[in-house]
Amino acid sequence: MSRPVKQNFIRPTHIEGFPVGPQFTAGHLADTNAGWRTFRPVVNHDTCIYCLRCYLVCPDGTIFKDNGKIAVDYDYCKGCGVCAHECPKNAIEMVKEQL
Amino acid sequence: MSKKREFISGDEAVAIGVKLSRPHVIAAYPITPQTITVERLSEMVERGELNAEYMHVESEHSAISAAMGASAVGARTFTASSSQGLLYMTEGLHYASGGRFPVVMMNANRSVALPWSIYGDQRDSLSLLDSGWIQVYVEDAQEALDMMIQAFRIAEHPDVLTPMMVNLDGFILTHTYEIVEIPEQSQVDAFLPPFQTPNKMCFDNPKNMGFSSQPNDNTEFKYQQNLAVLNAVKVLEQADTDFAAMFGRKYNGMVDEYQSADAEVLLVTLGSVTGTVRDVVDEMRAEGHKVGVIKIRYMRPFPEEQLQNLTAGAKAIGVLEKDISFGYEGTVYTNVNSALAKVGNTVPKLNFVGGLGGRDVSKADIRNMFLKLQRVAAGEAYKTVDFFNLNVETNE
Repeated sequence: MSRPVKQNFIRPTHIEGFPVGPQFTAGHLADTNAGWRTFRPVVNHDTCIYCLRCYLVCPDGTIFKDNGKIAVDYDYCKGCGVCAHECPKNAIEMVKEQL
Repeated sequence: MSKKREFISGDEAVAIGVKLSRPHVIAAYPITPQTITVERLSEMVERGELNAEYMHVESEHSAISAAMGASAVGARTFTASSSQGLLYMTEGLHYASGGRFPVVMMNANRSVALPWSIYGDQRDSLSLLDSGWIQVYVEDAQEALDMMIQAFRIAEHPDVLTPMMVNLDGFILTHTYEIVEIPEQSQVDAFLPPFQTPNKMCFDNPKNMGFSSQPNDNTEFKYQQNLAVLNAVKVLEQADTDFAAMFGRKYNGMVDEYQSADAEVLLVTLGSVTGTVRDVVDEMRAEGHKVGVIKIRYMRPFPEEQLQNLTAGAKAIGVLEKDISFGYEGTVYTNVNSALAKVGNTVPKLNFVGGLGGRDVSKADIRNMFLKLQRVAAGEAYKTVDFFNLNVETNE
């Protein structure tokens, strides 16, 4: 369940440092992307059975295991709610973001 | 060692040149007058003579897309088209050059509709000079075969990594037969190294390919693309030299010339018409006329410096082309004129436009051009654009 995380991107200062065409190492995330989320998924670890269905259905690959527990990478989660909808134990609740 | 020769058409010469280059993937859609090339290639694959994947795509747009995809896994790829098919590829042409996927293409130069015409001129590829592809134009079937082999080497060179279009005049070259020398496979293998690219999908080094760019990066990618095509100058000249050493045929890189050194008037040409011009030069030289011809081989990169030097002694210059950019002048003329303006060459420069939609450019037409250039050099008034050999009266 390894996933790319935001990394520091050092912009090349010379044209020879540029990649040859718009191609670069996969998974090098230079920025976060979650700004339009209205509801955030929150996992109830007491009811979660670790079936990993949420991991399989997440369209943005934001579900991961944190010390053995299901977690969500809020740097990239858009709040679509597919995980909560598909969870067989209703262990994920969509909670409105506080602005 | 006796050399192998075959009596074949230009289309067949291209197919043999491609086969000798051992492409991994061929994705093409048939279109007159390119069809024979892709038919021959599919037959070679079917018979097992060519170990390649031949993709029967449903359109030219798919052909260039499939070729790009194959190139992105490190495959040597070939496609071919003409006219409407080439234009249907246009979106993919920019994509391939921007993505730095060195696909090699044969284009059978053909008129563009409307009016519908399957016959030849060069308006299809010349309208795509800005697509980022290297463009070479050949004069005969032998050069067509040889340039297919060179094209893979030039396009795939790490300093270039840019797709390349080899253009040959529809019907005049694609459907006429010549005796063509067929290179030995072992020599082609020695001339053409295996394709290697940093832009490759693979599990060991996964890449995000063909991403978008923001305004603060886009110009840099375009600067880099421009540099890559300029880098092709050295690479194509080296390829020409190495090719000559191995196969005994030299094409003189960016431009070729015939009797230009002491010529008072010059014609600048593109493609197969050069052969006819050479003959007229011989005939007129025998009569004492100091005439010569400069054959542009590469339109991108453009032989700016070579043209500046080769035309330095001429008193009048004509650009003969099968193209017109409506409302202005022929595109070849615009490019030549720009190159010469930079060195302050202010001799009269005429643009002979014709041979459109398959009309023959005869020896008499060419003789008239040289005679007109002589009169203009002597002071006769002229208009820049001359639609020669019109079949109707005009108001001009």
